[in-house]
Amino acid sequence: MRSSKIGYLIKEGFKSILTHGFMSFASVTIIVACLVIMGSFALIAVNVDSMLDDLESQNQVVAYVEETFTEDQARALQTQIEYISNIRSCQFVSRQQAKEELAASYEDSSMFQDVPDTAFRDRFIIYLQDISLTEQTQSQLYEIIGIAEVRADLQVARGFVTVRNVISAVSLILVVVLVIVSVFIMSNTVKLATLSRRDEIAIMKIVGASNWFIRFPFVVEGLVLGLLGGALAFLLEWGVYDVVATRIMSMLGGLINVIPFGSISVAVMAVYMGVGLVVGVFGSSIAIRNYLQV
Amino acid sequence: MVLFENVSMTYPGGDVPAIDDMSFAIEDGEFVFLVGPSGSGKTSIIKLITGEVMADSGTLSVNGFDLRHIRRRKLPRMRRTLGVIFQDYRLIDEMTIYDNVAFAMHIVGASNREIRLRVPYVLDLVGLSGREKRYPREVSGGEQQRAAVARAIVNSPQLLIADEPTGNLDPARSLELMLLMDRINDNEIGTTVLVVTHEKELVNSFSKRVIAIEDGQVISDGMDGYYSYEIQ
Repeated sequence: MRSSKIGYLIKEGFKSILTHGFMSFASVTIIVACLVIMGSFALIAVNVDSMLDDLESQNQVVAYVEETFTEDQARALQTQIEYISNIRSCQFVSRQQAKEELAASYEDSSMFQDVPDTAFRDRFIIYLQDISLTEQTQSQLYEIIGIAEVRADLQVARGFVTVRNVISAVSLILVVVLVIVSVFIMSNTVKLATLSRRDEIAIMKIVGASNWFIRFPFVVEGLVLGLLGGALAFLLEWGVYDVVATRIMSMLGGLINVIPFGSISVAVMAVYMGVGLVVGVFGSSIAIRNYLQV
Repeated sequence: MVLFENVSMTYPGGDVPAIDDMSFAIEDGEFVFLVGPSGSGKTSIIKLITGEVMADSGTLSVNGFDLRHIRRRKLPRMRRTLGVIFQDYRLIDEMTIYDNVAFAMHIVGASNREIRLRVPYVLDLVGLSGREKRYPREVSGGEQQRAAVARAIVNSPQLLIADEPTGNLDPARSLELMLLMDRINDNEIGTTVLVVTHEKELVNSFSKRVIAIEDGQVISDGMDGYYSYEIQ
């Protein structure tokens, strides 16, 4: 195939965007609107997930060592504890440290002066990787000889798991519904755009144009409009996200932590551009398929 | 060459055949008028020749292509041997007159140089020099029809088909257009011309072959160049 022919078809695709300006504008607007709505819900879900991760990571398990163990013997248990796969981190706290920490939490720490260190037990402060496996990890800790007691707030752990499951399900349903609605709206917009070109396609066919000759400029047009829609949606999302994130952080800064857009911008841009490209290219080539059967 | 041999065709969902056991042949270089009342099957014949619809039975061949057994992907190649002119011109509104004509050359893979040389020549031939940059809506009906003729002949087709080409033109423009087609038929290539028309006087002013059809059948085929058939 001659490069001049491809050049002509690409040029026709670009020209067509301008000559069908209103439909081009409508297509890009629909792509932007659908992507921003869908993306915003997805970003909310990602942020909620991240917040749950933060909260979960603060939920600790405390494993107490047998009173008969010396500090050296107690410290030696760390290797066995860390061997358990669900352990994210494990920190040894001696009897003396435990006493000091408790004393520090009271205004009048002098009342602990006469309390002997042996009133406390050596312990490990443990953070888990997966909070839903707390009970299982607790049992594994009990199996270690030298661990006398394991304290884990199972109710909190179960609460987190329930909240995460509910949020995940709701987010998934919302995103799926929005994707379906968006695909429907976008495909209808593309259909509408090509419907107005039905006569043009029929003329091309009767003059002897092959299907790919007709389809190529449409695909170029769809590709450009899709990428443009994806890029505009990304910029709009960035602006909206920054405004909302700043507002939330100024109101609830100490309580929750919003993911900075900069850290997810590449992924968001890739998804938006990718969706725009797929919708543009496949939408346009599928939509004109019916008109090519002449 | 166009060959219809016992061709029949019924539209999907139709009870009566649009073309009923029709036979005729048009040799290379001929100029033929196809006449008949509305609904007689004229447009169906055009659609059969251009491959828009397929015959149910018989033998149908156009410029060496067997249209009874042609594969869909081969249709564009067959259509490039044709030039088609419609009553409603069917120009692409978003393209200039020049681009409408050049577009047909791009389809056949002509180089940019060939297009730059050929399109102005053809536009001059049909009397549209100076109108290249105009859009179809910016020129008269007669000029649009001449642009359609230019598009139809730019690739030097073997067969030029005109479906009611004078339907939207006044008598003077109609005669002008027919003379232009006569010139195209009379050139060194000897382009075959098939004109579907209702214009009795126009047909009678040319000494050409006239095929008259009714109810999907040929009812007369005369070489006397006289439109004796009366439309009901």
